Parts: sequence; structure tokens; C-alpha cells
Amino acid sequence: MTVSVATTRRYSNATYRTLRRVKTAGLYAGVAAVLVYMLFPYYWAIVSSTKTGQALYQFTLLPALDFSNYRQLFDNPVFMGALVNSGVVALVSTAISLVIGILAAYALGRLHFPPGRIVLIAVLMISVFPQVVVLSGMFEVIGWLGLYNRPSALIVSYLILTLPFTTWILTSFIRDLPNELEEAALIDGCSRLRILTHVLLPLMGPAIASTGLLSFILAWNEFLFALTFILTDENRTVPVAIGLLTGSSRYEYPFGQIMAASVTVTLPLLVLVLIFQRKIVAGLTSGAVKG
Amino acid sequence: MASVSLKNVSKTFGTYEVIRSIDLEIEDGEFVVFVGPSGCGKSTLLRLIAGLVPVSGGDVFIGGDQVTDVPASKRGLAFVFQSYALYPHMNVARNISFALETARLGKDEIRRRVARVADMLKIGHLLERRPRQLSGGQRQRVAIGRALVGQPEVFLFDEPLSNLDADLRMEMRFEIAKLHADVKTTMIYVTHDQTEAMTLADRIVILNHGQIEQVGRPRELYDRPENRFVAGFLGSPRMNFAALEATGPAVPVLRGPGGFAYAAEYVAAEGRPAEIGLRPEALKLVGADTKGAIRGTFERMEDLGYEYVCYVRLTDTLVWTVRSTGSPPQIAPGDPAGLSWQPENLYLFGEDGRRIDHRASVPLALGASS
Repeated sequence: MTVSVATTRRYSNATYRTLRRVKTAGLYAGVAAVLVYMLFPYYWAIVSSTKTGQALYQFTLLPALDFSNYRQLFDNPVFMGALVNSGVVALVSTAISLVIGILAAYALGRLHFPPGRIVLIAVLMISVFPQVVVLSGMFEVIGWLGLYNRPSALIVSYLILTLPFTTWILTSFIRDLPNELEEAALIDGCSRLRILTHVLLPLMGPAIASTGLLSFILAWNEFLFALTFILTDENRTVPVAIGLLTGSSRYEYPFGQIMAASVTVTLPLLVLVLIFQRKIVAGLTSGAVKG
Repeated sequence: MASVSLKNVSKTFGTYEVIRSIDLEIEDGEFVVFVGPSGCGKSTLLRLIAGLVPVSGGDVFIGGDQVTDVPASKRGLAFVFQSYALYPHMNVARNISFALETARLGKDEIRRRVARVADMLKIGHLLERRPRQLSGGQRQRVAIGRALVGQPEVFLFDEPLSNLDADLRMEMRFEIAKLHADVKTTMIYVTHDQTEAMTLADRIVILNHGQIEQVGRPRELYDRPENRFVAGFLGSPRMNFAALEATGPAVPVLRGPGGFAYAAEYVAAEGRPAEIGLRPEALKLVGADTKGAIRGTFERMEDLGYEYVCYVRLTDTLVWTVRSTGSPPQIAPGDPAGLSWQPENLYLFGEDGRRIDHRASVPLALGASS
């Protein structure tokens, strides 16, 4: 009598059940480890931001709940000005890169013209250059445009960081939208622009939310350009402002305040991510793309 | 309503010729079905007529007017897509009215037209829903509604039923036939399903490799295919084929598998037949030693209730199918079996695949000659 392959090497049912439980436990342990690793630095910043003076040099895992650092920070006009500058710069550069990115993505993704491929590859090439390489050239450009020491210099220069990946992601998203949808719109008498605004754009919500978010975070956190192109305190953005925070004396490093500023600066991003994350997930699961 | 005519239309993608100089006249009010194997260019041809894809050469006329360079929306036609291509973010009413909105029609006019179409297709209760809340059949109706609302002169359908399950497909096929009877608009319908082609069409256009193999009424194509491709394409199970070879120097005799023999002198004028074809329903399963029958081995039977299909192996590589109604024969797999047929049901094909007309009255020298 022959025994089937499946039954020859088989443990008992209980063994498989235990195995499954061990695997589940292992998964959760793994997730917990990753979460701790990711979140601890931020938690440490929160803890440190509520400590002052000597308390900073003692190791405690619980926050001291002393908010004087925050009070001092919010009384600091330079920091508050920097927050506003950052918001404006990040919002405007995101908006511009989304508008240009969507138009470019439609052209590159849908209108078949031979140099499109080359343009797309060029776009990718641009995004692989390290910032430092671009820095001196960009400095010249900013000078010619007469934008030195203005927040608009940052808006212009951030486009070089945000536009490539915005274009790239949106192009691949537009390519995935069914072609027949566009043909239907053409039959319905739509111009290319109307197809984009009335048919494709409403379906691109998830892609726009995710690329917009990434672009906003990038612009919000950018340091090198912000340090180079801005001279005076009132035009600075937050990352540089934090770097240049000074204590009450020149020998004191204002560690508590820096931590408080870091926490404050992260909050808007967290809120944005939470808002848009729901949108991204909703968009992905609604099957909106399928006709 | 309008006629459609194609003159020497061709399309190449890069170096690949999808459509090779097609000439076709479609009359006003006609229902024409393009059918062919996948990749034969039938969808491309439809898009060339629609203006969604520009032609590489030749001219397109709709209603007698040259429209080769007229954009799709100005050609006065409607298109029903395979995936329906409903706008997912708009409700049914807006899906239907979007073209009218784009054309800047008045609100009242739009509402009136949408209501009339919804009434006609019985989708009035769905107007507020989104496409994803609809079943396949309902989406199909909405897609047809969107096509109807513009009062087009030509309807184009691109495999509209291929995403539906079998029952619904039959129902919608019926509805489309009824729609054509009602509106009497010219309709061009692309499908790979020969049942749809046979049942819907006034005329069928059979395409293969970007060329028209034959155009004609369904019955005509089925009974008098011009070539081997058309003969093999229409009919399910497909026609049985067998190659012939010439023997005998004095009177040329063509021999085929299973003891098939054919005196070729009668058809010599039209060229030598290289292949024979017999439809499964033209064959009859008979005893292996019946005079005039060809011999094979019975392999398998499929009983479908009201009909049955038998498979008879003639050679190592050739199995013929026999279709018949009534009670299945009592025969076991592996038994020898004979196949016979009426002479007028035999098709002959030449070297180039063209059908050779043989006079059915001529008695065929047929039999188990060894």
C-alpha cells in the first residue's frame, strides 16, 4: 500500500496549532520592537522637552510636565515667525509642485509623444543628484532671480526636490487609470483639460494626497537650502531656526528648548498625516479606479 | 442615422500593421458585427471609426461625409466600452448627462433627456447611485444609456457583454437586439463570441490579421464560407478538417485519414483540394464497416442532454467531433467506429485555403479503399 506524500511527513494537529500561536506571538513581538525603535526618539524628545536645568542630565523615562520650555519658545518672536515662514513655504511649494506635477504627469503618462520617455528619465536623474551638488548652482540662480534672503527663494529651490518625485508618482498613477475612461470622455466631447479636471483628477485623490504629503514634509524639514539662501532671522524657516536657537548665555546649550521646538514642529506633520492617511486608505479600498 | 464607409483604411503601430487596407460599406440602420480571434484588429478598427485612434492611411466616411480628421466627439457616434468605462466618481444621472453638460445644454433639456433614457432602459431608480453600487448588468444599462442620450447616428459596441456571466449575457444580447429594432440606428459591434455575432448581426465581418476574410449575412457565412479560416471560425464545435494527398498517376485520387478517398478529376479545373472540411453536425456515427464511411476509433462522448458530442480518433494527431441530437449511441471507448456524411455537406479547400466549389450532384468516390 502506498502512502501519499502529504501524510508521510505530518505532525499532530496540536503541534500545528502551537506553531501557529508561536508565529502570531512572534509577529506581535516583532511589530512591538519596530514600534519602540521608531517611536522612542520622539518620546525621548517629549520627555526632554519638559525638563529644565539639571533635570535634563538625569535619566528618567517619565516626562516632568514642566512646560516652561514651551512658554519660552512661544514667546520667542523669531521662532514663531519661522513657524509661519515654514508653513507658507511648505504649502506654496507643495501646491506649485502638485499643479505642475499633475500637468506633467498627464502629458508623460497619457499623451504619447516620443521624447516623453527621455523627459521622464531626465526627471528621475534630477532627483538622484545630492542637494550639495545643486547648492552652488542654485545659489547663482537665486541671485539672478533676485530672491536672495526671501522665503520665495526657498519655494523656488524646493521645487527641484519635490517636483521630480511628484511627477514620477503621479505619472505612474495616471498610467494605471483605465484608458477607456479617457476614451469615454473623448467621445463625450471633453477637451484634454476637461478630461484632466473632471475625470482623472477626482480619481487621483489618493495619489495627490500621498505625494502632496510627502512634498509638504520634505519642504517643512528642509535644512540646507534654508540655511544657505536665507540671511536674516525674520525670514528663516523652522529647521534652521531650531539649529540657531541660543540659550540665556552663550555657554548654555538650550537642549530643553530645542527639544520643545522639535516636538512642536512635528505636531503639524502628525496632524496632516492623520488626516490624509485616512483619505489615502479610503481611496485605495473603495475600488474607485475600477469602472 | 448614417451609413459608415471605410476606404483603404490601414493602421500601423510602429512597424506592426494592425489593420491592412480595409474597404467596407455599412448601410444606414444596419447591425454589423466585427468578429475575429483576439489580436485580429477588430477593436482597433472600431476605434479608427470612432476617431479615438488616428488612421495611418485611408479614409473614413460617416453619412457620406469625410470624417477622417474629425475628432471623436464631433462624429455623431456613441461608444459602449468593454469595461463600461463609467465615471466612478459620478452618479448614474451625471454619467449619462456628462456629454450633454460638456456640450453646455440647458439644465431642463438635460433633465428631460436623462429621464427619457432612464425610462427606456428601466434604470430610473438607479439615477442617484454610483457605478460601484451597481451590478454588472445595471452598469451595462447605464453605459448604453450614456450612449443613447446623445442621440448618435452610429452606435459602436466594443465587446460589451464579455464581462457579464452567461445568463446575463443572453439577456443583454436580447436587449441589444431589441434596442436596435427600436432605434434603428446603425450599430457596429465588436465581439470574439460567435454566438453574439450569429444572433445579432445583419451582416458579419470576419477579421483576421487585420484583414477582412469575409463579409456576409450570418447564414451565408456559415453555409458558404469563402475560405478555411471562416469555415473554422464559425461553428462550435468547430469544423473538422483533414489534409489530403494525391496518389494514383492515371486518375488522380486524393487520400485522407481513415480511408478517405476522393476522385479529384471533377474539381481539377478549380485547383486541387488540399483539405476537406466537415461540420460536426454533418457527420453521422455509423458501424465501422459501413460502405462509404471512413474509419476511426471512438474515444469519448459528452452528453449535453439534448445533444451529444462524440470524439473519434482518425490518426494519432487527428480527432474529429460528431454532434448529434437524440439518444447517444451505445459504444465504448476504444471501439472502432465509422463516420459518414451527405456529399453536399463536404467542403473542399485549396492549397491557399480558399474554398473550392464542388458540384454536390457529382457522386463522390468515397470509401474504405485500402
